[in-house]
Amino acid sequence: MGAGADRRVDRVTAVPGGVRASARVLARGDGRGGTVLPVLEGEGPLAVRRTRGSGAEARVMLVGAMSGPLGGDHFTVEVHAASGARLRVGSAAATLALPGQDRTGARYDVRLTVDDDAELCWLPEQLISAGGSDLRVTTSVDLAAGARLLLREEQVLGRAGEEPGSLTSRLSVRTAGRCVLDQELACGPGAPGGWDGPAGLAGHRAVGQLVVVRPEFAGEPPEPRVFEEGAAVMPLTGPVALVTAVAADGLRLRRLLDGALASLD
Amino acid sequence: MSRAALLVLADGRFPAGGHAHSGGAEAAVRAGRITDAASLEAFCRGRLHTSGVVAACVAAAAALGVDPGELDRAADARTPSPALRVAARRLGRQLTRAARATWPSSELDALASRFPKGAHQPVVLGLAARAAGLGAPDAAYCSLYEGVSGPATAVVRLLGLDPFDATGVLARLADEVDRAAREAVGTAERVVTDGVGVLPARSAPLLEIGAEAHAAWPVRLFAS
Amino acid sequence: MHLDHHLESPAAVSADARRPDGTRRALRIGLGGPVGSGKTATVAALCRALREELSLAVVTNDIYTREDAEFLLREAVLPPERITAVETGACPHTAIRDDISANLEAVEDLEDEVGPLDLVLVESGGDNLTATFSRGLVDAQVFVIDVAGGDDIPRKGGPGVATADLLIVNKTDLAPYVGSDLARMAADAKSVRGELPVVLQSLWSEDGVREVAGWVRERIAAWTA
Repeated sequence: MGAGADRRVDRVTAVPGGVRASARVLARGDGRGGTVLPVLEGEGPLAVRRTRGSGAEARVMLVGAMSGPLGGDHFTVEVHAASGARLRVGSAAATLALPGQDRTGARYDVRLTVDDDAELCWLPEQLISAGGSDLRVTTSVDLAAGARLLLREEQVLGRAGEEPGSLTSRLSVRTAGRCVLDQELACGPGAPGGWDGPAGLAGHRAVGQLVVVRPEFAGEPPEPRVFEEGAAVMPLTGPVALVTAVAADGLRLRRLLDGALASLD
Repeated sequence: MSRAALLVLADGRFPAGGHAHSGGAEAAVRAGRITDAASLEAFCRGRLHTSGVVAACVAAAAALGVDPGELDRAADARTPSPALRVAARRLGRQLTRAARATWPSSELDALASRFPKGAHQPVVLGLAARAAGLGAPDAAYCSLYEGVSGPATAVVRLLGLDPFDATGVLARLADEVDRAAREAVGTAERVVTDGVGVLPARSAPLLEIGAEAHAAWPVRLFAS
Repeated sequence: MHLDHHLESPAAVSADARRPDGTRRALRIGLGGPVGSGKTATVAALCRALREELSLAVVTNDIYTREDAEFLLREAVLPPERITAVETGACPHTAIRDDISANLEAVEDLEDEVGPLDLVLVESGGDNLTATFSRGLVDAQVFVIDVAGGDDIPRKGGPGVATADLLIVNKTDLAPYVGSDLARMAADAKSVRGELPVVLQSLWSEDGVREVAGWVRERIAAWTA
C-alpha cells in the first residue's frame, strides 16, 4: 500500500492502489439577496472552506490537504448552484498530478450544475501534470437555460524543464439538456500521435479554456476573435462562448485567458 | 458492395469542393508550424487522431443509419470553432449536391431538405456512402483519408513541397489510418445502440485557434 | 425531367434552368482569361452599363480571396450584397470547371438572398489559356485577352480563345505602344473561331463596353424567350 496507506484519513475510502475522495457544495439564494451553503463537505485531500465573499456572492476554496492526485486516486467534486445562488469556487494552490507507486492512472471528476437565476464561477488554479503521472480529468457541466457560468481550466504540462505526464481532459457542457460542447484533450506519453505537433500544441506547455455562459449570448453571441495567434474566442451553438488558449507557460496562459475574458465585457 | 464505388467516392477529384480547403494547413504554414515533409506529417498525424477520428466516427455512424440530425448536433458540440463549423457545413452542402447527382437517394434528398445550408460534411459522407451501396468502414476510410490528403495537397501548393514527399507522408500514415478506421467502425456500432454520447471528442487546440485566425485574414488561398 | 420533380426537389443539383420553386433562374455568363487582361474591368463596365435595366449579381473566383471582389466593391459597381467571392484553393480553373459546387452554391445563394436576378456574371481568377467554364456552371462564356499579352495569342488558340461564346480582345488603345497588329489578331481569331463572335474593345473610350453589353442583352433575350 505504501503512500496510499499513509495518506488515508477519516471518511476517505481507499481503493486498490489509491484514495477515493469527494467534495460537495450546494449553494442557493437566501431570499434576501445573499447566498447560503446548505452543503459544504470535503474529505481528506479535498477539504473545502467558505471564505469571505463580496456582496451577494459566496466564496468557497478547495484546500489541498495533501498533494495529489497520485496514481490510483479517484477524486470527485460536485458543485451545485441552485436558484438565487452567486457562488465562486477557487483553489488555494495548483493541483499537482504525480505518479503513484503502482502505476495505475488517477481520475479527477468535476460535476457542475447551475440552475436558472444562479451563477457559478469555477476558477481553480492550474493543474500541473508532473513527469510520470497519469491522470484523467472529466469536467461535466449541466446548465439551465437561464444559468450563468464562468469556468476556467488550465493545464501545465510538466514542472519546470520536465517532460509532462499523461493527461487526458474531457470537458462537456449541456445547456437546457442539450450538449453544446464536448471536447477531449490528450497529451503526454501514451497520447495519440501528433498531440504536440503543428495541429496540437506545437511545443506549448500550457493549455487552457474558459467557458462563459450568459443567457444574453443566445440573442447576441460574441464575435469570434483571436489573440496573438495563441487564443481564440469562439461562440458555440448556445448561449456559450469558449476560449481556447495555448502558451509557453502557465503565467502567459493566464494572461491570454484574462485578456480574452475582458474582451467579452 | 462495389469496390469501384469506393474509389469514386474517395477520389480527390470527386467534385464536392474539397480542393478549396487546406484542413488547417494554410494557417499552420503561415504560422511557421509546417515547413517541410516532417512537420506536414506531424500535422496530419495530429489531425488524424483528433478531429479526423471524430469525423470518421460520425461518418461511419451515419453510414449505419444513425439519425443525421443527432449526428449533426454531436458534430457541432465537437467543433467549437465557428469557422470550422461553417467550413464543415459548406463542404457538407457541396457533398450533398455531388452525391445526389451521383447516387440519387431519398435519404440524401431528405437530408438536403432538412439542411438546406448543409449538414456537417461527415454526416453527409456517411449518407453518401449508404447511397453508393458502401458501408461504415468505407465511410470511415474516406473521411480519414481526405482528412490527411487535403492538407498534404494544400501544402504542395503552399510551400512548393515536393509532391513525392507529400505522397510519402500519406503512405507513412497508412497503418495509423487503418487503425483509426477500425476504431471508428467499432465506435459507430456502439453509437447505434448507445447513442451519440459515445462518440469521441478529441480535439487539437491549434487547429481551432488556427482556423479562427485564418478566417480573419483578409487575403488567403484556401477557404479553411 | 417533369416539373413535379423540380417542385419536390429541395435544391437543384445541376444546371437546371429552373429553380426549386419552379421559376426560371438567372442567366449565368462566365468571364475567363489570362491575368491582367481586363476581366474585372469588363465586369465592372458591364455592371455600370446594365444595372439600371437588369437585376445583376457577380461571383468572383480569385487566386487570392476577395481581391477582385474588393475591386468591384471599391468601384461601387453594385451593392455589396450582390457580390460574392468564392475561395478557390489557389486553383480558379478547378472551381469553374472541374468542381463547380462552390460556385453553384454562391449563385443559388445570391438568387435566394437578393433575387430574383436576371443575370449573374461569374468571373474566373486570371489563369491560363486552357481554362474554360463548365457548362454545368454557366450558360455562356466570354474569354478576355488583351493586345499587350502578345498579338499571337489568337493564332495559338487554346480552348478559351477557340471555343468561348465571345472573345474579347481588350486594351486596343495600347496596340500602337506594344507593337500589336489588331488586324492580324482579328484575322487569326476568325480563323480559329469560325463564326463565333470577336469584339475588340478599349474600356478607356467612351462607352467602351457597348458592344459586349449588346451581346449580353441578346443572350438575355434568348434565355427569357
